[in-house]
Parts: sequence; C-alpha cells; structure tokens
Amino acid sequence: MAKLISPFELRDLGILGMNARNISFIGRYNQRKNYRLVDNKLETKSAALSRGIPVPQLYGTIEYQFQIKDMLNTLIKGRDSFVIKPAQGSGGKGILVVVGRDGEQFIKSSGALIDEREVRRHSSNILAGLHSLGGRNDSAMIEALIDFDPVLKDYSFEGVPDIRVIVFRGVPVMAMMRCATHSSDGKANLHQGAVGVGIDIGSGQSICAVQHNRIVTQHPDTKIAFNQLQIPHWQQVLELAASCASMTGLDYLGADIVLDRQSGPMLLELNARPGLAIQVANQVGLRHRLAAAAKIADLTDNQIEKISLARQQFSQLTVATGQLSMAII
Amino acid sequence: MINSKVQIGLIAGVFIALGIGLTLYKAISLDLPLLPDQYREVWTVESKTSFTPTRAGAKSPVNIELKLPTAQAGWVILDEHFASSGFGFSIVEQSAGSNSVNASPNTSAARWTRQELDRPTTLYYKMQVYRASENAVLPALPVSVAEKPLLEPDQQAAMDRLLDRLHTQSSDIDSFVQLLLQEFLRDSPDQDTLFLIDAYEDDSFAVLMDVLAMADISAHQIRGIVLEDGRRRQTLSALIEVYNGQRWSVFDPSNASPGLPNNFFVWQRGNGSVLSVIGGRDSSLEFALVSNSLPAKAVVGMEQRSDKFAILDFSIYTLPVEQQGIFKGLLLIPVAALVVVFMRLLVGVKTSGTFMPILIALAFIQTTLFIGLAIFLGLIGIGLWIRSYLSHLNLLLVARVATVIIMVILLMAALAVISYKLGMDQVLTVTFFPTIIVAWTIERMSILWEEEGGHEVLIQGGGSLLVAVLAYLVMSNPLVEHLTFNFPELTLSLLGVILLLGKYTGYRLSELYRFRDMGTE
Repeated sequence: MAKLISPFELRDLGILGMNARNISFIGRYNQRKNYRLVDNKLETKSAALSRGIPVPQLYGTIEYQFQIKDMLNTLIKGRDSFVIKPAQGSGGKGILVVVGRDGEQFIKSSGALIDEREVRRHSSNILAGLHSLGGRNDSAMIEALIDFDPVLKDYSFEGVPDIRVIVFRGVPVMAMMRCATHSSDGKANLHQGAVGVGIDIGSGQSICAVQHNRIVTQHPDTKIAFNQLQIPHWQQVLELAASCASMTGLDYLGADIVLDRQSGPMLLELNARPGLAIQVANQVGLRHRLAAAAKIADLTDNQIEKISLARQQFSQLTVATGQLSMAII
Repeated sequence: MINSKVQIGLIAGVFIALGIGLTLYKAISLDLPLLPDQYREVWTVESKTSFTPTRAGAKSPVNIELKLPTAQAGWVILDEHFASSGFGFSIVEQSAGSNSVNASPNTSAARWTRQELDRPTTLYYKMQVYRASENAVLPALPVSVAEKPLLEPDQQAAMDRLLDRLHTQSSDIDSFVQLLLQEFLRDSPDQDTLFLIDAYEDDSFAVLMDVLAMADISAHQIRGIVLEDGRRRQTLSALIEVYNGQRWSVFDPSNASPGLPNNFFVWQRGNGSVLSVIGGRDSSLEFALVSNSLPAKAVVGMEQRSDKFAILDFSIYTLPVEQQGIFKGLLLIPVAALVVVFMRLLVGVKTSGTFMPILIALAFIQTTLFIGLAIFLGLIGIGLWIRSYLSHLNLLLVARVATVIIMVILLMAALAVISYKLGMDQVLTVTFFPTIIVAWTIERMSILWEEEGGHEVLIQGGGSLLVAVLAYLVMSNPLVEHLTFNFPELTLSLLGVILLLGKYTGYRLSELYRFRDMGTE
C-alpha cells in the first residue's frame, strides 16, 4: 500500500509539486498586495458585485461583540435558512449552516438542533478570531443559503458541493467538484475528507473521483456513481472563473463556484494558494496545462477566446479513452 | 538584470566556496584538525575576583593577592592572561620557607594594587589548561603535623570518644580517614560528631582537620575547581590530602572516596588562603569554565603564530570565556535550521510552527534526549487537557494564551518539585524548556484538534518532534560541534546551501506518496 511513485514518473506526468507551486507560480505570478482582496470574503464580494459577478446574497455583517445580539435578531428574523461565516476564515473553518427552523431552535445542515444562544456564541468566536488566519479579530458575515442545483443533489452529503476552477493568466486550466461527505462533516475541503471529482474542462463531465488522495468510484454516503456527472451551465462556470482573474489581478488563482437553482453559477470565494489535490482528481498534472495556458494567454487577450481555446486543448475525455484503450491493448 | 535563479546560484556559490576555502586554509596551513578524534580537551578557566572597596573615594590603597595554580597531577597550563585595567600588576614568587602554613613548595601569586578605588571591581585571570597525562600523581610534600587544637573539656571528651571509636574500627590511616569522612556524611551522625560540628559552628571541614591533627595525622586541604563545561559561576571546592606513612593520598569529603577526581583541577595544596584582599570587602572568587576539543599542538601553534595570521585574531577564541560558551551554542543553530529546511522542503514533514523544533532541540541538549522527550510530552499532554477546559470558558485569544503560559510555568514548577522530592534530579532540567514556545504549541495543537481532529494533531505534533529529535542528534554530534565552533566560516557554506534549497522546485518525498495513485489509470 505504501508504494511510492518515482520522481521521474511524476515529472513525466507533469505533476506540480508544492515547492514548484510556491516558487514558480504563486511567488512569481501572485503579488502579495493582491492577496487582501482574496483573503477577505467581504472585499471579494463587493469587488464581484461591482463587476456584475453573481455572489450569494449578503444579509449583513457583524463587526463588534456588542452588536451580536441586536444584529442577529434583525438579520435572521423571518429567515428560515442562512449561513454565518468568518470574513477572513480559511479552509472552510467556522462556517455555520442553518437550513431550517424547528420552533425556537435552528436546524443545522447535519440535522442537529441548536438554540439561539449557540448561534450567538459561534458569532462571538468568529469575531474573536478563532477561525481566522493568525487569530486576528474578524467580522462575521451572514449570507443566504445556496439553494443548489438539484442535478447535483445526490453528489454531496449534508453540504453544498462547489466547483474549484484553477485559472492561470485568465485561462481556466483545471477543474474539480468538491463533494461533502459524512467524514468531512459537511465541508467541501479535500483534506477533511471531502470527495474531489475531476471535471473535464472541455465538456464539464466527470473524469475521476478521489477521497483522501485515493481513487473512489461512488460517493461513500449517497452511493451515487460519479461517472455520470455532468456539470450544468459549464460555459458560464468557466467564464465566471476567468473573470475573477482580471478582478483580482492574481495570475494563479482558484475560484470556488456554486450552482444556484435559480441564479445559476455564483462565486463563493477565491483562493490565492489553491491546493494540488486537483491533479489527483483529474489524474493529470498541472505543469503541461499551465505551459499550454501561458501560450494561449500570449496568443490572445480576449476572455471568450481564451476559454474556447482552453476547452479545445484541455479536453481530456477523448485522450483519456485513448489512453485507456491503449492500456487495454 | 540577471534572473534571480542565476543570482542566487552565484551568491550561494560564493558563500559555499568562501566557507570551504577558509576552512581548508585553516586546516592546511594553520594545522587545525578537521576531525575531533585527534583531540585534547582544553579547558579555558576564567577566574573572576570581585570586591567592593572598603572606603570608596578615600585614599585607601587596595591590594589583592590571588594564589596562582601550578601545573600538577598531569595538567599543563598552556596560556595565562591577566586583565587589570588601572591596577598595578605583578607576579610574586613565594618560596616554601616563607609561609609555614602553606605546605606547597614554590607558589606564585598575582598581585593587583591601586592607590584608590571608588566602585566595586572585578579582576580577571584567564588560563587554558589541558590534561597531558592520566597519571594523577601529586608531587611529594614535606610532612608536618599541624599543632593540636586547644579544646574545651567537653569538646575534648567528645573528640577522644570519636577518635577511640575510629581507631578501633580502622586498620590503617587510609581506612581511618575514610571512616571519618563517612561519619560526617551520614544522615544521622553520632552524638559526639554532632556536638563537635555544633561547637565549630557547622564548619565540618574545620572539625575534620582538627580530628586529623588530634590523631597525629599529617593533613591539609587541596583547593581546586570541579571542571564542568559551560559553568559560569563555579566556586572553589576542597579535598583533603593526608600522609599515610609512605605517601600522600587524596580524599573527597563530599563522598568519602579516595583518589583525585578526574575532573578536578588543583588550584592550591595547603591551608593558606587563595585570595587575600586588603582594603576591600565582600570579595568573591568565581570561575567560568568552557571546554573545547582542541589539539594541544594547535593551541600552542596559535600562540606562537597569532601575529602572523590575522585571521586567528578574529576567531572566537579571542572572546571572553562566557561569550565563547554562548557562541558555542549559537553556532549550532544554523545547522538545526538546515535540518528544518531540509525536512520541510525536501521531505515534506509537517511541523507546528516553522522553527519551533529548533527551540525544542536546544532544550533537549540541556535535558538529554529521553528525559527531554518525556518532559515535553508530559507538559504538552497536561497542557492540552487544561486547555480543553479553557476553550469552554470562551476567552479572548490573548488572555487565553497568557493563561496557558502561566499554566505551563506552574506545571513546570510542580514537575520540578515533585520529581525532586522523588529523587529524580534529571527532571529538574525542565526549566530549560522555553515557556512561551511550549504555551504556543499547546494553543496551536488545541485549535488544530478542534478544527481538524486528533489525527492532524498527531501528524503535526509527530512531525515537529521528529524534526526536533533529528536537529538534536545533529547538534549533539561531536563532529558537528567541533566543526561549527572551530570553523565558524562553515556557517557561510550552510547559508549558501540554504539559499539553494530556497530555490528548489522539485518534488518533496511526501509527494511521492501523496501522488502515488497518479498514472495508475
């Protein structure tokens, strides 16, 4: 089981390692001054709104401890579902999802019941910086709960599935859907146990699924097979991701996108240091893709052209079947 | 503009070449050995004589006389150095006849004099000594029995009973002395002994000398230093030397064992005082000790050639002993930093806090590895347990960490006291753990536990400990210690290597495992 892969094989596959990502891409293409916009979800949201990029509706923000009681009352009054999250949280930490009410109590996405005191305590922890990078004081955002596209319903367990698209110099290079599982506690983070499903840039169809860096064929909780997955509004998803690149000024960027039943693709958050597990989910390395994307970016400045070239060049399914059939022969 | 990769390559190349070049130069033309096994342990002993002038400001002359050691029992003095700014300084030779109390033959003393002095002053005397032979024989001395003391009748009676008892139990002078010393070491000595000690106002050493005089045994004390590396405030300790009819033999009153201890450097044989201060009060004599592994040849060579080779004037040996000791530790840190860089960038071990493992490794050097590991795990374990309660209290972050710091200090105190009562002295080294770092580690681990679960805590905690242990093993390696201290320019080479590693874009070892499922489809 503990078999290692040889570094030469990894290089031939074009796998991007952590050191190379940090030096050759993040360090080289992402200027530190642009991180702020990405690390603070409130700033991301307002920048997106000013450019007409759809985002989940913001009900309000709480900035100071003394506001918690009053603000919570007014903000969640009459609302059955909402999400409370830290503006500067990272890795999905500190997100409280309320999906409904049961009398005086709230129902969490896992089905557990909590009372209002619990919600206030959670907000207080967020403000104290418990979930934020470096423990800085933070503010709490209260957002609308995404009513996600029913097509994706069975692919995620007790949580919203999102689509991570890596964009390099405005060209979408790789994508995956992240599906919450029971072991990830409803969170869509791969290192917490969520399933990553590689999505073909060309068609929006699934390629391969991994959990804990190992290949799986079906969702561990809902038992649905991943091979039939087709992301709806695929072109729109890619356009949304690509437009974030020019918005942030970051050349190497991960965009997390959710599909809303009514409004279609929406930007959830952005990441200036996207992880490398997406390569396992797609069974392909990032290096060759990034090199090709650089050529596309040199060729044209038009966003639509970049996307259509990317969809042509990075379409993996025909190539993958070719490899498969070759392997069978 | 040259691209940054070439720049780094050039800078790193220059650093590496400079470090290795200087090292080779020192090794080849100055004859400093590269390997520690051709070594003699050279001790640098620095005595500090501190005193306060009796009448500050007034015209009262000050005269300080410090007896100087003579090389004996296999020890050789390589180099002596006196610091006496503003004082008249001379070395006075004293012959055996001049002082009847002093049993040593020819001794010399350093004499500092000054007409007036208005503030507390410290005078320094530094020397380098090494042990040329294991043959610890002290030269013969003339035998003279001290005058018998005049005692009160009741004291005399107690003394007689003690002597009687020791005489009946012993067969010769050696066993007599050993029995006597054991008598004084016992938890509950005999009534007579207790009475004598009390009569001498707890000065057991004076009782010992008088008992020996009453028994007609020729004896005197030996003053010297117990050599312990890194000690800054060592004081003189005393041994007893007795004449058993044929030769002189040495006993250690602290454990009644015969023979001269290996780590004992004899400062003076005989009963005279080592330090005499006229015109001053509150005088104290302390020693700072550092041991270096050096060939005697090289040290002698350095003495002779230091004028010719300016490079040695800038070596760490020219610093005062205390600073030498500090640099000995500091110069090991770059090596530990290299271990951390290597483990994180090439192996891909996750640690909690980037350089926290170095600080833990530094603590391990003081505590030794296994005791250090046990103490550290104990502290973190109990700390996490207390911290899990704190998280219910919902405190603000800064107050919470401050609370953990205080908890850690109390824990360390409790550990020290309990283990000391249980007789486990090693655990006392708990004080070497950096409190703030331990507190932050507990805080980080605890948050990690709440957010990612115990699994991640084990990975990061285990990774940190692994790196700390590796850094400790490297730092405590005698070769590494030797090279970093004697060839500090190698630190430049280390810097070069670290710069190069900072540009390493290849895979980490952990990624070969992480991506093991790639290419299987």
